[in-house]
Amino acid sequence: MIYRSHVLVCAGTGCTSSHSLRIIENFHKKLEETGYDKEVQVIRTGCFGLCAAGPVVVVYPEGIYYSHVKPEDVEEIVNEHIIKGRPVQRLIYKEHDESGVNTTLNDSDFYKKQHRIALRNCGMIDPENIDEYIAFDGYKALGKVLTEMTRDEVVDTIIRSGLRGRGGGGFPTGLKWKFAKAPESDVKYVCCNADEGDPGAFMDRSVLEGDPHSVLEAMTIAGYAIGAQQGYIYVRAEYPIAVKRLRVAIGQAREYGLLGDNIMGTGFKFDIDLRLGSGAFVCGEETALLASIEGGRGEPRPRPPFPAVKGLFGKPTLLNNVETYANICQIILNGAEWFASMGTEKSKGTKVFALGGKINNTGLVEIPMGTTLREVIYEIGGGIPNGKKFKAAQTGGPSGGCIPAEHLDIPIDYDNLISIGSMMGSGGMIVMDEDNCMVNIAKFFLEFTVDESCGKCPPCRIGTRRMLEMLEKITSGKGEPGDIEKLEKLAYNIKAAALCGLGQTAPNPVLSTIRYFRDEYEAHIYEKRCPAGVCKALLNYVIDPEKCRGCSLCARKCPAGAISGEIKKPFVIDPAKCVKCGACMEACKFSAISKK
Amino acid sequence: MKTLQELEAIRQKTLNELNLRKNREDGIRVVVGLATCGIAAGARPVMAAFVEEINKRRLTNVTVSQTGCIGLCRLEPIVEVYLPGKEKVTYCKVTPEQVGRIVSEHIVNGSPVVEYTIGNFE
Repeated sequence: MIYRSHVLVCAGTGCTSSHSLRIIENFHKKLEETGYDKEVQVIRTGCFGLCAAGPVVVVYPEGIYYSHVKPEDVEEIVNEHIIKGRPVQRLIYKEHDESGVNTTLNDSDFYKKQHRIALRNCGMIDPENIDEYIAFDGYKALGKVLTEMTRDEVVDTIIRSGLRGRGGGGFPTGLKWKFAKAPESDVKYVCCNADEGDPGAFMDRSVLEGDPHSVLEAMTIAGYAIGAQQGYIYVRAEYPIAVKRLRVAIGQAREYGLLGDNIMGTGFKFDIDLRLGSGAFVCGEETALLASIEGGRGEPRPRPPFPAVKGLFGKPTLLNNVETYANICQIILNGAEWFASMGTEKSKGTKVFALGGKINNTGLVEIPMGTTLREVIYEIGGGIPNGKKFKAAQTGGPSGGCIPAEHLDIPIDYDNLISIGSMMGSGGMIVMDEDNCMVNIAKFFLEFTVDESCGKCPPCRIGTRRMLEMLEKITSGKGEPGDIEKLEKLAYNIKAAALCGLGQTAPNPVLSTIRYFRDEYEAHIYEKRCPAGVCKALLNYVIDPEKCRGCSLCARKCPAGAISGEIKKPFVIDPAKCVKCGACMEACKFSAISKK
Repeated sequence: MKTLQELEAIRQKTLNELNLRKNREDGIRVVVGLATCGIAAGARPVMAAFVEEINKRRLTNVTVSQTGCIGLCRLEPIVEVYLPGKEKVTYCKVTPEQVGRIVSEHIVNGSPVVEYTIGNFE
C-alpha cells in the first residue's frame, strides 16, 4: 500500500514521556473519522535527536517539522495541514537565533552540521517493522559478509576502517575482533554492552529504540567473523522501550531466518538473547558485565586474562558497545576507506553525543570526529539559554572531565580530549554556564561514584568516599589550606591503585576541575565564598537598602520568617534564620535582593 | 527462512512505500488545491484518483500533496504538476475522469494535456 503522506511521530523515551503515544492515537482516530486513513500513514519512530523540541512530528512529503506538539494539537494538524494543505505555522519548529524562521528537518541548524551513520535510521523508520529496516539496506551487509567475504576479510575491513570503541575507552574495534577470533574454541560469545550508565547519556538507548536491527545485524556479522554462535545483549532494565523494541526485533529476525540455524540458507548459525541489568553502573565495566550475565554478582576482576581469551563462561568473548555495532553494517557496505575518510588522523568516523545541561537544543547529535566544541555548542546546540556565558562542558560523565572555554576550538577526538584532561567517554556532554559551581559539579560526580562503587577494592570503596568528604567540607565552608593538595594526592593514588575502570577514572572530575578552576576551589577555602552562588552554606542573601522600597513582599514570601522591617523602610534578612531558599529574591520586584 | 533474493524483493517493495520520506531531486510533484473552495468543487475525489492511479502504475518518484487556496476559486479543483527542471503546469476544473490522461500523458510521458490547462479557461 502506497500512502500519499507519512506522519512520523517520535516515540523515543523523551517524547513518549510527553505523551507522544497519545498523539499517535489521536492521529489514528482523527484520520479515520475524516476518512483519510487510507491515504495517510502514521508511523511511530525512534528518536529524531532534537529532544528539546519534543514531542516531534514530521509530515512527509513536505518534510514539515512540528515541535512541542500536544495531543490536542492533532485535530488542527489534520484539519489544516492534511486536509487543506496549510501547514500549522504556530507549531513549526523555529530556529533559536534571532531570525526565528520556520524550518524543515534537514535545513535546521541542528541537523545541517550533523553526519548520521550510527543514527542514520533513527527517526526515519518504524523500529518495530523489519521491512522498513530492510528497505534502507538492512541485512544487506550480513548478506554480503555471509556470501562474499571470508572471516579474515571482515576483521581486516574493520581494522582498516579505524573504528574505535564508542563505549569510551576508544580501543581499536578491529583489533578486538582479531583477538577474539584468534583462540581456537568450539564455543565463543558475542556480547553487546547496552548498560549505559553515565548520568545524562542516552545515545545507546536511542539507537536501540530507533534502530534495534542495526545492532542485531552487526552482532551477527561479528559472530561470523570470530566464530561464535550465541550473542547476548546486556541492557538496562530501566530502558523499557529499548527492551521491548529489541524483543520485537529479535522475534522478527528469527521469523525471517536472519537469526537462528542456517541464516539466509548459508548454513551459518547464530542467535541472540537479552540479559537485563538492574542498573549498577559498574556493570558497564566489561568483566563485571560478563559476571552479571553469568548470573554472578556484578563485580570486576583483574585483567588479564582479557575477555577475548577467557570471557563469558570462561570462553573467548567479544564485547562491544551499542554505538560501535551501529557503525559496523555501514562500514561493510561502504568500505573501510569510506569510513576512514571521515574524522581525524587517529579517530575515524563520527561520534554521537547526548547534549544536555545549559543548552538550547538538548538532544542527540552525531558529528564527524574533529568537529570543534564551539560548533557543537553554538551552531548545532543553538547556544546557551538566557544569554548566559559558557563556563565548561563536561564529557565522559563520572569518568571524564570538563573542558573550559579556552579549549572551545579544540577538534573533538579521543586523543585531544585526553590531552586536555577529559575523555570522550560514551558521549554524554553536559554544558555548564556561569551559574554552575565547579566544586559542586565535582561533588555531584563523586557522590555518584561513591554510590556506584561495588566495594571490591579499597582504593575505590574507601578512597572515593574520603574524597567526597573533603569536597563536602569545602562546599560547606569548612575547607582548610592544604585540602586541594590532599585531594590531588589521593586522586592520583586512587587512579593508580583501583581495580577497574570505574575506580581508575573516578577522580577525573575532581582533577580536571582543579586543573581549570582552581580559583573556585580557592575561593571556597580561603574566602569562604562560592563564586557561582550555588553552595548554600557559603551564601548570604542581602537586601540593598538603596533599592528596597519596603513593600514587605519578601517578608511575606519567606518560609522561615527571617525577613523583618517596617513598611516603606528598607527590610533586613536575619542570616541566622535564613534557609537560603531564594524565594525572596524571586519575589522582589525591584531586584533589591542579591546573593553574596 | 528468507534467502537473499527474498530480502531484495522485500527491500524493493518497502522502498517504494517509503519513497516520500527521502529527499529526491528527480521527484515529480502533484499538488492539489484543497482549501474550502477546492473541497466544495470536488477536489477530494480528484486527489484520491491521483493517489490511486499513481499506486496502480507503481510510480515511485511521484508525490501527491495538497495546498491551500491559490486564489482562483472559480476554476477549482486546481491541480499543479511540477516536473523537475520544467515550469509548473496548472490544470483547472479537474474531474476524476481526467486524472488517468494527466498521469499517462503528462507525468509518465512528459507532455502536458493542453486542453485541461489554465490557458483554456482564461
